[in-house]
Amino acid sequence: MLSVKNLAVSFQTRRGTVEAVRGISFDLAKGEILGIVGESGSGKSVTSYALMRILDAGGRIKAGEATYSGIDLRRVAERDMGDIRGREISMIFQNPRAALNPIRKVGHQIEDVLRRHARATRHDARAKAIKALEDVRINDAEARYDAYPFELSGGMCQRVVCAIALACDPRLLIADEPTTGLDITTQQAVMELVRDLIRARNMSSILITHDLGLAAQYCDRIMVMKDGLIVEQGDPARIFSDPQHSYTRKLVDATPRMGEGIRSLLPPEERKAELPHQVHDRPLLEVSNLTKTFKGMAGPVHAVRGISFSIRQGQSVGLVGESGCGKSTTSEILVRLMDATSGDIIFDGQDIAGIPAQGFARNPRRAEIQMVFQDATDSLNPRHTARQAIGEPLRRLGALRAAPLAARIEELATLVGLPLPLLDRFPHQLSGGQKARVGIARAVALEPKFLILDEPTAALDVSIQAVVLNLLVDLRAKLGMTYLFVSHDLHVVALLCDHVIVMRAGEIVEQGPVTRVMTDPQNAYTKALLAAAPKPPARRQLA
Amino acid sequence: MSAAAYSRLRAVAFRVAQSIPVVLGVVVISFLLTRALPGDPAAYFAGAAADAASIQEVREALGLDKPLLQQFLLYVTDLAHGDLGQSISSGRPVAVDLVSRLPASLELTLTALVLSCGLAIPLGILAATRPGSWVDHLCRVLVTAGVSLPTFFTGILLIYIFYYLLGVAPSPLGRLDFIYLAPDHVTGFYLIDAALTGDWETWRGAAKQLILPSTTLALFTLAPIARMTRAAMLTALSSDFIRTARAAGLSRGTVLYAYAFRNALLPVVTTLGMVFSFALGANVLVEKVFAWPGIGSYAVEALVVSDYAAVQGFVLAMALLFVALNLVIDLLYSVIDPRFGFAAK
Repeated sequence: MLSVKNLAVSFQTRRGTVEAVRGISFDLAKGEILGIVGESGSGKSVTSYALMRILDAGGRIKAGEATYSGIDLRRVAERDMGDIRGREISMIFQNPRAALNPIRKVGHQIEDVLRRHARATRHDARAKAIKALEDVRINDAEARYDAYPFELSGGMCQRVVCAIALACDPRLLIADEPTTGLDITTQQAVMELVRDLIRARNMSSILITHDLGLAAQYCDRIMVMKDGLIVEQGDPARIFSDPQHSYTRKLVDATPRMGEGIRSLLPPEERKAELPHQVHDRPLLEVSNLTKTFKGMAGPVHAVRGISFSIRQGQSVGLVGESGCGKSTTSEILVRLMDATSGDIIFDGQDIAGIPAQGFARNPRRAEIQMVFQDATDSLNPRHTARQAIGEPLRRLGALRAAPLAARIEELATLVGLPLPLLDRFPHQLSGGQKARVGIARAVALEPKFLILDEPTAALDVSIQAVVLNLLVDLRAKLGMTYLFVSHDLHVVALLCDHVIVMRAGEIVEQGPVTRVMTDPQNAYTKALLAAAPKPPARRQLA
Repeated sequence: MSAAAYSRLRAVAFRVAQSIPVVLGVVVISFLLTRALPGDPAAYFAGAAADAASIQEVREALGLDKPLLQQFLLYVTDLAHGDLGQSISSGRPVAVDLVSRLPASLELTLTALVLSCGLAIPLGILAATRPGSWVDHLCRVLVTAGVSLPTFFTGILLIYIFYYLLGVAPSPLGRLDFIYLAPDHVTGFYLIDAALTGDWETWRGAAKQLILPSTTLALFTLAPIARMTRAAMLTALSSDFIRTARAAGLSRGTVLYAYAFRNALLPVVTTLGMVFSFALGANVLVEKVFAWPGIGSYAVEALVVSDYAAVQGFVLAMALLFVALNLVIDLLYSVIDPRFGFAAK
């Protein structure tokens, strides 16, 4: 149905030509779901944009052929291409909220497509758009027709994007990271919806994702891309049980799964013995009846509704929940960037809930509680070098200057595995993993007792995530730190933590030792979270 | 009514209510500012030969000897009756002067803005759809030239070319050549008033007089509008939802206008408001060059002779105009952007 031969795509940039895709070939059969898996920069999305001929300015197909049902996609006139897009081949995208026109009613956006491809007239467009919304299982489709994207949840927006893509019954659906940024239960719902619709309409599909586990669960065949080339392709079970290429092996290893240690994420030759960390009986942090209420336009919003837990010294505790459950609010209160509405926070024998967040930067306790932020890029000052970023807390709170400061910065860089020559680079000159290391070095610079990690690997590729998680395990043992690891991913939490707290709608629904919660969850919500995570097929056995 | 619609309505009502304290503040400030001006109107009106006693007499006649608070109360009471005082230079009530002169300035400014938008917005869109092309460069050159030439220079240049050399433009002396009679005062806008009475000959005469000054002002306001349209369109065109629209096969026109341009409108409308405000101020020079009987030249003349009532009336009228303008722009937002009223969170 779709046949691609030696496709090459290049981008004209200010710094010369970038070869994004360097000659790839594959075929897609009718009714098949093909997964294209790769990390950022592998050329997987560019491939799909090239097929649709919607490359950004400066991008062009340099060589090769792409044939869809006998049509040469590279040479067909732009007019005809407009007819193919949306009617024959359509696409769904990541970040569904941004993928919808923010100031147009979702119903009208669906009508635009229907009218464009002459699937509806002025008179029946509304009815057909509502039908399209019903097809993607949106409740109360009639009312949702008049909604704007900002009034809908992320999962709902992705359903609308699906409705737009499927409105004209295309025969090929390209899904570009359709669930990135969505909660795990929403991810499951969206993926099952897409799979059911594809099967019901006997469509073909290309699923582009960085998540090998997700691709394995929903695809008939997987293609692994790296640096614009296909390094391996085959049956999902085979890819996992017997990966041929070293890069595929690395990806398979880095995919978190239940019941395995954190070192197993790394390639076998890099797996050193895990350093033990000591958990003391003495509690370092005790939180009781913590609440936070925000003033909203439509009345008060209860973000945190009276939660209590304690963290022992040296313990690593995972705080898990989906977006809006209050986990970020909780971590911001604990790190004293936000004031609680009520409740106590006893840290190392002292109640710090009463100290206003406003002046906490001048409190001697500031150095003892530090945080690693979610987005390594956004949390670094773009005009400060790595050296300045790491040195900032040392200068302000550690009162280090000149030679001792420089020595300490280099010591920290070595500790987090950041090559010393990179210290004088600016954030935009560093890779995602390197920026994460800078963020960690800055947070541990003052040897805090308590470190809050707010989804530190959420924006990283899986292979980088594997390395960063292992770095955190090493640092914990070396510096004797206590961790609160905030994440939406139970599997990642299980790898790193001793104890896990599951939050939902501002309340703790379950907490306990990590092995118990993972193997024998008591709460229905915890069970749903565990069930929603993709289950990668069995891995090759190490000899 | 849906929650969203209700929330929007509340935001709009709140926005309208917000302008009330602004208006009150404007009344106080315009009063104080004019009192703070140097120069003594009593001395000016008593004449060069007056002695201290006759100046004092004039001062008492004008009510300038009373305490400031009392003067203010008198002013507010008069204001409540629509009385802006008597202009001591023109000898007519300030309200009458403003009513005859404000429409002249507004007609000039609005025509200039319409001309300017008509050229700048398509130019900005074209430049954004083809960045780096000749259209883009042309846009940049035109815009830089427009903003770097002062209005009095462009005005004189246009008069020299079209009136003196080519002789196609009428003499730059006011709103209407003396062979025409001014249309009956309805709105004060000659073009509208003439059209209302069906007097197309006068309409043409007024339009002819209007072309050169409004072109002068339009050239000056071209730059910010074109630049902002280009920048906003570039941002909108690189958004994710444009990619969705293209992937759905929507036609180029739909993508460009229904999707990109409507989203780009918000910053353009904001700029338009700012441009309108500074164009109203900048047209003093244009009015002088073209002998346009507008509010700008009126205010300058009043200022020179410390004509309190006229200056005060002018400041008040301008401030009210700006308050109204900002209100209109904010209300336009609520029409363009359904998120209006939610963004505050």
